[in-house]
Amino acid sequence: MTDRLLIIGATSAIAHALARRRAAKGARFALVGRNAASLAANASDLRARGASEVHVDVLDANDVARHEAVIEAAFTVYGGLDLVLVAHGMLPDQRACELSAEAALASFDTNARSVIALLTPIANRMERQGSGVIAVISSPAADRGRASNYVYGAAKAAVSVFASGLRQRLRGSGVRVVTLSPGFVDTPMTAAFPKSAIWASPDRVASDIDRALQSGFGTVYTPWFWRWIMLVIRSIPERLFVRMKL
Amino acid sequence: MRTPLVSWGRLAQREALAVPLNRREVVRDAVSTSQRPGIAFGNGRSYGDQALNDQGTVWLTRGLDRFIAFDPVTGALRCEAGVTFAELIDLALPRGWFVPVTPGTQYLTVGGAVANDVHGKNHHRCGTFGEHVTALTLVRTDGEVIACSPTHHAEWFRATVGGMGLTGVIVEVGLQLRRVPGPWIDARTQVFESLDAFFELSADSEQGPNAAEYSVAWIDSQSVAGGRVRGAFFSGDHAQSDAPLRPARVLTARALPAFAWVRPATTRLFNEAYFRRSAARAGTSRQSYRAFFYPLDGLLEWNRLYGGAGFYQYQCVVPEASQREAIAELLREVSAAGAGSFLNVLKTFGARAAPGLLSFPVAGTTLALDFPNRGSATLRLFERLNAIVSAAGGRLYPAKDAAMPAELFRQGYPCLDEFIAFRDPGISSEMSRRLLGR
Repeated sequence: MTDRLLIIGATSAIAHALARRRAAKGARFALVGRNAASLAANASDLRARGASEVHVDVLDANDVARHEAVIEAAFTVYGGLDLVLVAHGMLPDQRACELSAEAALASFDTNARSVIALLTPIANRMERQGSGVIAVISSPAADRGRASNYVYGAAKAAVSVFASGLRQRLRGSGVRVVTLSPGFVDTPMTAAFPKSAIWASPDRVASDIDRALQSGFGTVYTPWFWRWIMLVIRSIPERLFVRMKL
Repeated sequence: MRTPLVSWGRLAQREALAVPLNRREVVRDAVSTSQRPGIAFGNGRSYGDQALNDQGTVWLTRGLDRFIAFDPVTGALRCEAGVTFAELIDLALPRGWFVPVTPGTQYLTVGGAVANDVHGKNHHRCGTFGEHVTALTLVRTDGEVIACSPTHHAEWFRATVGGMGLTGVIVEVGLQLRRVPGPWIDARTQVFESLDAFFELSADSEQGPNAAEYSVAWIDSQSVAGGRVRGAFFSGDHAQSDAPLRPARVLTARALPAFAWVRPATTRLFNEAYFRRSAARAGTSRQSYRAFFYPLDGLLEWNRLYGGAGFYQYQCVVPEASQREAIAELLREVSAAGAGSFLNVLKTFGARAAPGLLSFPVAGTTLALDFPNRGSATLRLFERLNAIVSAAGGRLYPAKDAAMPAELFRQGYPCLDEFIAFRDPGISSEMSRRLLGR
């Protein structure tokens, strides 16, 4: 039996890099995303790479009313799922969010509210199924609010805490919950740019994620050094931290 | 977004307005609304100024890295233009297919391979890469989308194959792959000590009982004296073996201090060692496709070894009738200048009709040499080499070039006037301005 994957936010570079690795092993996919043309192009790419079956479904993650139908369709088409990856998200303009509560809440809706809305029915179905992995992409930005991106960080913190609770709740049910925390990721179109050493390629990150999904537990930082960077950042006393430019 | 860019020769860092094209669905809009002129930039493996456009727009195509269709039964493949040969091979090889023609790196993009109509060690058998391209989709800066193939809008196909990216942005490429039994090459190494011996080995490898699909020679540019030059001749065929390959071990030159490692003394040491190693290994051996086709890809960013000033590659082809004298003369000139390095490649091209108006290969012999950039001394040497190539009726390869004069380009490529009509007025590169005036 080949793996059955549901990917929400399937056009994100990291999600697609992971999907490619699984396609080469003949996996079956349900791809969900906002842009129909990009989903179709990603689906062709995965088929060419060896995916045994690919279905696509167009969904704006903020259209919460449609979540249940989309999730049900994905669980039904393959008679269950082995992996659900929630990967959608957006990087808001921090400055715009400081000036407008509306902008801040809009990004919070996409990055946190919709994720919670999706994870709830997904978790219930997985729990009934009694097997599988739920993975959700959070961020090192979730670990401490920093002036440069605290609106994004706050949403990711909500996701991380929610996933942590879910992990505890589903312990013993046969369902594993993995929180993924990728650092700076160099997307393919920036191949020609000079980058500092802490940038990682989507494929590198996807390779870490691939491994984490097979056996990982808790929060998985990728590349690994982000765990230690964030440990240091979290341990800086607040009085000192507020004076830092991060 | 203003972005610094360098090409493979690292001769100059340019700043360009980079427009990433990361989904084929958006290319038409992105290209037709960009500030112009622009030029497509793939994975930065052209050596000179072909994909550079100082202070202008560059469309980064590396994000166009999806496959569109692959039929593992027929080997017909369609992909976006930013897919690299490495990605293509990763997909195709486990299913018994390989790229029909490959240059010495697997890190170029398919779009770049079309734009330069690249060739490989099997030119005498299989011709250039363009001969295996079945379809192209171009996006012009006025928003027009042109689908062409060797039989449909064939004039656009002929202009785009080898067209240096100047006819439109190449977005999709259709290819016919070739069947292979597995990832191994049965390779043969022979050393030679004169140009005559090289030409004998070449003729021998093209037809007759010792014929091989792939052949290429390395020469020691510092061994030239009289009619003598020593080198190693490599030939090979796909081996009847599908034994699995170990994952590649790849090193990077990035971590090395910025220093010009390639100098006359290190070159002499390397050439001596490489010749001895080849002589010791003379005979046949089974090699992985990586070791056989892409030895330099084992050291990522090897172009940094030439130091901060960068380097030039000089690649010419001289026609059969004049090849022996011209190659000997070129080597004498390089030797007299005390220039040259260790990447010196000699190969005979077969007599095949080229698929593109500006395709580089012609029946004859091609010589490729790397030169650390020593400013005007290097350029003066090129003037002398150009004179020899020009007198022999030869031409230079734009993919490698950063310095050829416009007259030499015009003289070497008689179909140039026919090509001009297909240029996209919104596309221009530093190379096109140097060689074509705009």
